[in-house]
Amino acid sequence: MAEKVGIYVCHCGSNIAGTVDVEDVAKWAGTHLKDVAVARDYKFMCSSLGQQMIEDDIKKEGLTRVVVGACSPHLHEKTFRRACSNAGLNPYLCQMTNLREHVSWVHTDRVLATQKAKSLVAAAVGRVKQQLPLEPMKVKVNPATLVIGGGIAGLQATVELADAGYPVYLVEREPSIGGHMAQFDKTFPTLDCSACILTPKMSEVGQHENVTMLTYSEVEDVSGSVGEFTVRIRKKARYVNYDLCTGCGICVEKCPRKVVDNVFEAGMGYRKSIYTPFPQAVPRIPVIDTESCIYFERGKCKACQKLCPTNAIDFEQKDEVIEIKVGNIITATGWKMFDCHGLPQYGYGRLANVFTSMEFERLCNAAGPTNGKILLRDGKTEPESVAIIHCVGSRDSRHNEYCSGICCMAAMKFGHLVLEKTKAQVYSFYIDIRANQKGYEEFYQRLLQEGMSFVRGKVAEITDAARRPAEEGKLIIQCEDTLLGRQRRIPVDMVILMGALEPQADAKETGLKLGISCSMAGWYTERHPKLDPVATMTDGIFVAGACQGPKDIPASVAQGAAAAARVMAMITKGTVTVEPIVASIDEEACSGCKICNNLCPYNAIEYDEAKQNSHVITALCKGCGTCVAGCPAQAISGAHFNNEQIFAEIEGVLWDAQPGSEGNGAATPAAEPVGA
Amino acid sequence: MKYAYYPGCSLECSSGAYDVSVREVAELLGIKLLEIDDWNCCGATEYFSQDELTACSVIARNLALVDPSLDQVVAPCAACFLNLKKTDRLMSEHPEMNRKVNQCLAAGGLNYQPGRVKVRHILDLIVSDIGEPAIRDKVVRPLSGIRIAPYYGCQVVRPTDGFDNPEYPMKLDDLMTWLGAEVVDYPVKAHCCGGHMTQISEPQAFELIRRLLQSAADYQADMIVCMCPMCQLNLDAYQARVNSFFGTNFKIPIVFFTQMVGVALGIDRKKLGFGKEIVSAAAVVVAKR
Repeated sequence: MAEKVGIYVCHCGSNIAGTVDVEDVAKWAGTHLKDVAVARDYKFMCSSLGQQMIEDDIKKEGLTRVVVGACSPHLHEKTFRRACSNAGLNPYLCQMTNLREHVSWVHTDRVLATQKAKSLVAAAVGRVKQQLPLEPMKVKVNPATLVIGGGIAGLQATVELADAGYPVYLVEREPSIGGHMAQFDKTFPTLDCSACILTPKMSEVGQHENVTMLTYSEVEDVSGSVGEFTVRIRKKARYVNYDLCTGCGICVEKCPRKVVDNVFEAGMGYRKSIYTPFPQAVPRIPVIDTESCIYFERGKCKACQKLCPTNAIDFEQKDEVIEIKVGNIITATGWKMFDCHGLPQYGYGRLANVFTSMEFERLCNAAGPTNGKILLRDGKTEPESVAIIHCVGSRDSRHNEYCSGICCMAAMKFGHLVLEKTKAQVYSFYIDIRANQKGYEEFYQRLLQEGMSFVRGKVAEITDAARRPAEEGKLIIQCEDTLLGRQRRIPVDMVILMGALEPQADAKETGLKLGISCSMAGWYTERHPKLDPVATMTDGIFVAGACQGPKDIPASVAQGAAAAARVMAMITKGTVTVEPIVASIDEEACSGCKICNNLCPYNAIEYDEAKQNSHVITALCKGCGTCVAGCPAQAISGAHFNNEQIFAEIEGVLWDAQPGSEGNGAATPAAEPVGA
Repeated sequence: MKYAYYPGCSLECSSGAYDVSVREVAELLGIKLLEIDDWNCCGATEYFSQDELTACSVIARNLALVDPSLDQVVAPCAACFLNLKKTDRLMSEHPEMNRKVNQCLAAGGLNYQPGRVKVRHILDLIVSDIGEPAIRDKVVRPLSGIRIAPYYGCQVVRPTDGFDNPEYPMKLDDLMTWLGAEVVDYPVKAHCCGGHMTQISEPQAFELIRRLLQSAADYQADMIVCMCPMCQLNLDAYQARVNSFFGTNFKIPIVFFTQMVGVALGIDRKKLGFGKEIVSAAAVVVAKR
C-alpha cells in the first residue's frame, strides 16, 4: 500500500519566506512528488495553529508520514514529533528538513534557494517513506551528579544539588576549590570583599555530607549517556596522605624551596614547593610540586616528611584513577586570561610597570604579595598616575572579536581601589563603556564623581621614549582621544592591561571528552542561546559560568543554580526518555568476527561466547553508526539510518539530476514527476 | 632559489649601496635574482594619492613583466614592496579594478592575473627562506661589539604581511642577533621617519627624525640599520640639518641592513657600497672589529 505523505512548509515569519518561495515549494511538492496527499505552507508551523493543522490532516486525511520543512530539527523536531504522536502517528514517521539554517540563512539568490529547498523536501519525502515506527526508550537517572570545576559557578551548582539531598562529585584540577574569584580583593559594583562572600561557600562545600570533593584531579574519560555516565577521574598524586594530614601547615613553613607562584599569585608572589594556594584553601591539604621540590630534583631533603607531626607526607604516592557513576554532568571549567605578550606595542614583559589585570588583582589584595599596597614593580614606590587600558585582546580582529564583558566594570573597580588607596590620578582608556547590568551604570557614575578620567580611544602604544621633560622616566600612553578629536600623550607611572577572557587552553579537548561542542572562539555551545542557556546538545551534560562565554560573578552564579535546577528536575522525575536510534545486529548474519567490538567508541557491543556472535547493549549505544559501516557481513543496521532510508534521501536530493549524464545511468531520479 | 628582482628607482641612485649589498648577499646565500626586464617606477606615494587606477596600472606593469617561470618577486625598497603588494591585493579583491587595470595593460600587450606573483621583501626572504641555522653557519666575521639599532619604518611590516608583528616587529632584531651584533631594543623602531615631509614642512620632518636619532642615542646605539631608502636618506642626509635645527650633536651612521649582513658574511666592504653614506660608518665597522 502506498504511503500518504503530508508536507508542511514553514515561512518562519520572513526568516525562510524572505529568501525561499515557500508557496511554490509546497505547491510543487504537492504536484510533483509521489505519494503526497497534502502539501501546505503556513506562516508559523510551530505555533499551536500550525501543529493543529498537522494533527487534523493526520486524522482526516489518514496521513501515514509527515514532512516538515522549517528550521533546524535541534529547535523543533520534538514539537512536530509530539504533534504527530497526539494524532496517533508514531513520532518517528515524521521527518524535518532544514530550510532555514541550510537554505534561507545561507543563501541570497531566491531562485536557487527555492530550487535547493525543493531538493531537500524531495529528499525528506523519499526518506520518510522508508522510515519505520520506533518506540522511545526510558532510562533510569542516577541521582549522583558530577560538577567539573570548583570556581564560583561550579560551587553554586554543587551547593544547590547537595542541599537538595543529592550526591555530588566536585572535580577541580587545582589543589583548592575557589577558582578565579579566590584571587580577587573586591567585587564590582558593590565592592564586597571577595573572600568574605566566597570562602563560606567553599567551606560549606568542603564539609557537606553530600559532596565528594576531588581536588587536584582531572576528568580522564566519560562514557555512557544521560542517566548513567561512567567517568574516570585521575587524582593526581599530592604526595600528602589526605586522611592523615591535619592541615597544620608546618611542612609549608619548613620547606626550604621558594618559587614564583604563576597560578594563584599570577607571578606576583611566591609559594613553597609544598603548598596550599592560599590560607583559606579548601581542602587545607597541601600538594608537592614535583618540578621544584628539592627531593624530586636531587633525591634528598625530605624536610617536610621529617617535620610532619602526623606522618602524612608520602613520596611514594602515585596518581590514582577512580571510576564513578553519575546521571548528569555540569561543566563549569571557567576561563583563562589572554597572554598580554600578544600585543607587544603595550610593552608587557618589556616595560616593568605594565601589569596585567590578574597581577593587579593580587597587588591590591589585602592577602596578596604587598598586603594590598599598590606599588610599582620595585615593591617600594607608590604610583602618582595609573592608566587602565580596556579591551586588550578583546574587540580586536587580530585576537578575539568578542567583548569580554566584564573588563569595563573590573577597570572601574581598579580605578576605585587606586583612588581609595593612593593619591594617584587614574585614567581609563576605553572603546565603549559596557555597564549594562544592575547597579553597573550607577557605579560608572560614581567613578566619574570620584574623579577617574575616562579617555575614549584605543591606545596605539605604550612607550618609554620621552619627547618632553615631563615624560622622562614615565610610561607614555599614546592614543587618539576620539571625543577631543586629537592625539594625546599621557605620561603615567603604572599601566594595567585589562586582558581578554579566553576559553581554557584545553576547552576543546574537554569538550570532546564530554561530547559537547565549542563556538568558533572556543566557548561551549549551549542548546539554545536564549531559551536553553545551560543545557547542551548532549543530553545530561550542562554548562555553567564562563566556560560558555565571558561572564561576571552574578551571571556565573545564576547559571550554576540554573544548571543544578535542570539536573534536579531530571533526578526528581527518575527516568529519562532516550532516542531509540541504536544499532542492532542480525544474529543470523553475524559471523562473530568481533571487528565491531573494537570499533565501538562507547564499548556498547558485547561478544557472546556461547552463541559465538556479538550483540549491542542498547543502553550504551549512541547510534553513531561506526559498527554499521564497519561490519564486513553487513549484519548490523542502524535504526532510523538504514541503507534504504539513506539511499532514498540521496535520490531525493538528486531529483532533478539528468539520468545518465556521465553515461552510466546511475542518477535516476527517485521522486519522478507524477505522470512521467 | 630563484626570484624576480625589482630594484626600483631609489636603488639605482641614492640607495645604490642597498642595491649592491642586496645583490652581493643574495649571491652568497644562493638566492638567484632575475631583474625584471624594462621595469618602471612604482610611483612611490604620489600616484596613489592622486589616482588609484593610474597608480595600479603603472605598478601592475611590473608584475606583468615578471618572467613567467617565476612566481615570486623581491623588492628591497619599502615603498616599492608596499605598492606591488597593495596593487596585487586591490586587483584580487576588486574585480572591477582588476578589469580596468588589465584594460590598461592590454594597451601595451600585457596582462596580469592577481595572485600570480607573490611579493616578498628581502628581509622576509633572508629570515624565512634562508633561516637562522644557515645564516649562523655562514657568519665568518661576527658583528660582536657593535650595538645596532634595527629600524623598520612604517611600510614593510604594515599592513601586516604575516612575516612579522606589524606593531612591534622583531625579525630584523633576530637577524642582527644571528650575525652576532648587540641588538638595541629601542621603543621607536617602527615609527615613521617623516617620509617626504622634508619637502613639505621641515620642522615636522626634523622632529620625527630627531625622535628616532634621540632614542637610538639614548640606548647607546653605534649605528642604525634600515630597510627603506627613504628612511636611510632622511636619517643620514638630514642628520646635520637636524643637529643645527635642534642644537644636538648626533653622529650616528645609518646603513642598509644588507650591508651589515654582507660584512658578517665576510664580503669585502668595498663591494657593499660603504662610503656612500654621509655620516661615515667606517669608524664603527672598522674600529669596533
